[in-house]
Amino acid sequence: MYNLLNNILGNEYLATIIAVALPLFIFILPYALYAVYGERKVSAFMQDRIGPNRAGYQGLLQSVADILKLIQKEDIIPNEADKKLFNLAPVLVFAGSYAAFAAIPFSGAYIGADIDLGLFYILAISSVVVAGILMGGWASNNKYSLLGAMRSAAQIISYEIPTALVVLTMVMVTGSLNLKTISELQTAYFWNWNILGGAFSGIEKFLLIPFMIVAFVIIYISTLAEVNRVPFDIPEAESELVSGFHTEYSGMKFAMFFLSEYANMFAVSAIVAALFFGGYQSPFGYLGNTIGISWFVPVEQLFWFTIKGLFFVFVQMWLRWTLPRLRVDQLMTVCWKYMIPYAFANLIIVGLITLI
Amino acid sequence: MKQYFRNTWEAVWTVLIGMKITFRHLFAPSVTIQYPEVKVDLPDRARNRLYVNIEDCIGCDQCVRACPVSCITLETVKGTPAEDLGKTSGGKKKALWITRFDIDIAKCCYCSLCVYPCPTECIRMTDVYEFTEYERENLVYQFATLTEKESEIKKQNAAKAEAEKAAQKLVAAKAKATAPAAPKTDSEN
Repeated sequence: MYNLLNNILGNEYLATIIAVALPLFIFILPYALYAVYGERKVSAFMQDRIGPNRAGYQGLLQSVADILKLIQKEDIIPNEADKKLFNLAPVLVFAGSYAAFAAIPFSGAYIGADIDLGLFYILAISSVVVAGILMGGWASNNKYSLLGAMRSAAQIISYEIPTALVVLTMVMVTGSLNLKTISELQTAYFWNWNILGGAFSGIEKFLLIPFMIVAFVIIYISTLAEVNRVPFDIPEAESELVSGFHTEYSGMKFAMFFLSEYANMFAVSAIVAALFFGGYQSPFGYLGNTIGISWFVPVEQLFWFTIKGLFFVFVQMWLRWTLPRLRVDQLMTVCWKYMIPYAFANLIIVGLITLI
Repeated sequence: MKQYFRNTWEAVWTVLIGMKITFRHLFAPSVTIQYPEVKVDLPDRARNRLYVNIEDCIGCDQCVRACPVSCITLETVKGTPAEDLGKTSGGKKKALWITRFDIDIAKCCYCSLCVYPCPTECIRMTDVYEFTEYERENLVYQFATLTEKESEIKKQNAAKAEAEKAAQKLVAAKAKATAPAAPKTDSEN
């Protein structure tokens, strides 16, 4: 993408800026707006309600109106807060979650940065979010915010271990850390997806399937915990901590936390989709190939990628309105006593299978 | 160890059961009633805003006395014998002009106690429950149909009638007082 822009514009800086800003403005912002709307609608339907239906047709403009309201709001900085850190925190959180999108392949034709250490980079950069949350909680000078931030740090750092173990498993299976390469390996039909044994053939493929499903469940749960969503939302925990680390934030800074939460949701869904469900690959061939328009294939790929990502975002919402919040000790039990042993066993077994 | 695997299994299985339930609700019709557009029918004896059919009111003052919060103000003026005040729908003859019939609905406690004693069933509960106002004064509902001028005239008429009656009484009294004396004077004469 960068090379293409560089050729068209003939200016490196302009090309960089556009390549960097493109996913934000054409994808993440509209997605976040409608994910908020979708979340409210999904929650409403699951509780037999109607949900927002006043602003625009069926409430479609609701989140636009909400954002306009947030922009107009006064930007309050508490007197006793550490102003520099307080202002820096939301930026850092958003930058962390946005930076993860750089290594995510949206389609065969577009990936922000086609780096060979893509997965490693995503795991590393998403830790910046922890720093931002901790910073925000600390700088707010509010006991609830600090508690929320502490819980968030403990939770995210704990759950990075099963995530990393599963990623390691997948790296063993696919032999690559580059999400684009991993997606390319799962091309053609859906039985080549990693959840169904990947591109292996014969007995190996069938042996892999149950362990791939276990790996998928583990990474899905642990990434859910990493983005602080229910049932792992103890950093926010409205009922006990007001709303955790962003209690003191208002206006645009609050909106940035909100945006980064939804951006994060999509990022982890995209990683899960790319690792297990073929990334941007279509489950059954491409229309573009069939009728002979090769430029149409990347568009279809973008479509499939978006569909898969949004489906996992929907499952996250679905879980949110199904499960109650875990207690702190339960949260740690799930991570250290259950998910890490399973992830380890899975890693070893998958390793042995791939050696066959 | 057995417990460990059972815990794992139960965790996964119960989450799936919960997800099945919420998924079913995803397609269930919503129970929301979109209030201002859709209104639920009220029960038959719902007590809401009071209404007075002033045509039927005979000014008996019973509702005023029944009201536990004194939210009804009733002022009446006697009609003169010459005037025809009409009849209620029940065929009762009216004898009083109603110069003022105010209900301060802001004070009203919707107990419906004023409704029961009304002999002509002219005060009753309606099914109107949306009558918010910005000013509290607007919640004082005036049911009397006479204009101020008219009621002034009625008052004067009544006063005049009263005065006439009093005068007549006085005359009668005087006549009474003088009548027995007349024969005396006559006899004196």
